[in-house]
Amino acid sequence: MSNNPTMTDIGAEIQPLVTHSGITVPMLLDNVDTDQIIPSREMKKVSKQGLAEGLFAGQRYLPSEGNARALNPDFILNQQAYAGATILLSRKNFGCGSSREHAVWAMLEYGFRVIIAESFGSIFRTNCLRNGILPISLDSEVITLLHQEVISDHKENRINIDVANTAVTSPSGEHFSFQLEPHFQEMLIGGLDFIALTLKRKDEIAQFIQQDTINRPWAYL
Amino acid sequence: MSRTLFDKIWAEHTVTDLHDNSTLVYIDRVFLHERTGSIALKSLEEKNRAVVRPEHAFCTMDHIIDTFPGRGDETLMPSGKEFIQSTREAAKKSHIRLFDINDENQGISHLVSAEQGITLPGLTVVCPDSHTCTLGALGALAWGIGSSECEHALSTQTLHVAKPKQLHVKFEGKLNKGVSAKDLILSLISSHGSAGAKGMAIEFSGPVIDDMNMDSRFTLCNMATEFSAFTALIAPDQTTIEYVTGRPFTPKNEQWQKALDAWALLKTDKSAMFDEEIVINCNNILPMISWGTSPEHSIGVDQILKLNQASQSDSVKGALEYIDIETDQDLIGLPIDGVFIGSCTNGRLSDLIAAGEILKGKKVKQGVKAICTPGSAQVKRSAEEIGLDKVFKNAGFEWREPGCSLCFYAGGEGFAPGQRVVSTTNRNFRGRQGPGVRTHIASPLMAAAAAIDGCISDCRNYL
Repeated sequence: MSNNPTMTDIGAEIQPLVTHSGITVPMLLDNVDTDQIIPSREMKKVSKQGLAEGLFAGQRYLPSEGNARALNPDFILNQQAYAGATILLSRKNFGCGSSREHAVWAMLEYGFRVIIAESFGSIFRTNCLRNGILPISLDSEVITLLHQEVISDHKENRINIDVANTAVTSPSGEHFSFQLEPHFQEMLIGGLDFIALTLKRKDEIAQFIQQDTINRPWAYL
Repeated sequence: MSRTLFDKIWAEHTVTDLHDNSTLVYIDRVFLHERTGSIALKSLEEKNRAVVRPEHAFCTMDHIIDTFPGRGDETLMPSGKEFIQSTREAAKKSHIRLFDINDENQGISHLVSAEQGITLPGLTVVCPDSHTCTLGALGALAWGIGSSECEHALSTQTLHVAKPKQLHVKFEGKLNKGVSAKDLILSLISSHGSAGAKGMAIEFSGPVIDDMNMDSRFTLCNMATEFSAFTALIAPDQTTIEYVTGRPFTPKNEQWQKALDAWALLKTDKSAMFDEEIVINCNNILPMISWGTSPEHSIGVDQILKLNQASQSDSVKGALEYIDIETDQDLIGLPIDGVFIGSCTNGRLSDLIAAGEILKGKKVKQGVKAICTPGSAQVKRSAEEIGLDKVFKNAGFEWREPGCSLCFYAGGEGFAPGQRVVSTTNRNFRGRQGPGVRTHIASPLMAAAAAIDGCISDCRNYL
């Protein structure tokens, strides 16, 4: 399309994600909601920063009265084997619930770049993509297989992701492809700013509005 | 070509079809609140971007504010004041109409948006709140977004969206005694799973919908997000038109006639196709109550929880442990510590009237903390005009100022760890109403009956 803005002249907004290799932490539950990812009480500042501490706070810390929080050794993120994990593996409907983008900011700040699950809450999925986290949906059998390979030796058994070829490679070398909308793929690879891209279409939007105020005058205040 | 209601609104708002099967969609209204509104506006300011059509953006205070009588900017939530004041400043700077804490029209965004005529049939409406789908009850295409998309909508008046698939859910038959819209949606979610709508846009229809008042339609559409829908829609009809007539931002004079003409076309064509269809026979639905930590964990009041031990997933086991119940347990009679009536799901006048019918002349069981928070200042006023505040207060309920209130725990006010609560809200997630709190979601009738009995009970005993 000739009137398409070129991708190259758009400033970087997110940290690009082209290929990724990382330690994978399994959280094989259905419906891990955004209240669990970051409880309301952990969203303390008018800011997108400083949220990693609140990530999974309900389970990551032992119940305590005061401000000092002790880590819950039973919670998977606190186990030494998963230190430095950048990929999270889950089941159905990961990130369902509240639209709070804090859930994604907290995961990103903690270090996650990829989430693999059977399915995602739709607002959460978009929030991930807009912040440079890649949500990958795979069949339940594939997730079971990845899980088995990962837990056999979590440190060495890295999962590899190739965004350009929309492919996941298991630690043993098996390939699985995933679906990703082309515009999100371009955005992740280029680290693009969606608002800047859309603002390039300012004239087109203005033309639409001009016609629309004639078609639907009642809709304009 | 035959089209669905959703197709028609989508086409009307298509600025351009992009090269990759996504669409640049024109957004008619953006609604903000103090939890994420100030973050979005601050972020835009940092990037030197303007709110392009501030007259089409609105903001309310609902998520963080206290609901105690006489409230101000101070909240029990640590740093709550910072959210409130920065939202107020940012809204003022951006020339966005704010329904501030003690504004006579303040309330939960989705209630205010409808009450003020800000959302109308056929409009596209977004808000950084997942329950924005509530407004689909008006025949508007309304959906929840995150903060980044909110910034996008404010600074471009558009969103870049892949068109979702479509699901038709038809409600047939008749409603049984004690069954409300809340029970229909819980029943739908429990039978198809909380991922059941798979990101599709839903249209609700059928004779049961035709007979529903607007309040019930809002309740039904509200929980489409708990069903993993992109959003839900109900075609506007006479009930809708009567509802929107004469509201502050509803079009006037010749514009009103033009709007009516446009809205008359807002229905799915007879031979239009959906990607999937579900038909529900309402004759089989009884009042519902949740037992676990997802809305899909819900059952009818006559059912004993029977989960085959062998088929229990880790998710189910975790839910049973958290909620502290056994399989094979009858939920009826389970003692409770709290009841909450309110929220964007069930904080409207007819919800309070329904609960009031049961509470009239009765007392909340000793030891049960019972709170009613009207969803908006308008709802509160209307309820007080007919003496409902007295019904609630005489029964032993606290009568609060409008807001999201105890639907979730923001660090200020909550129930205590381990407490069991029957709540008219939409999410029984672990920790949602406070660390360790066990939430059972249900209708206002079920919540009122539980408050009196001090345990989970069958509302039909009071009808």
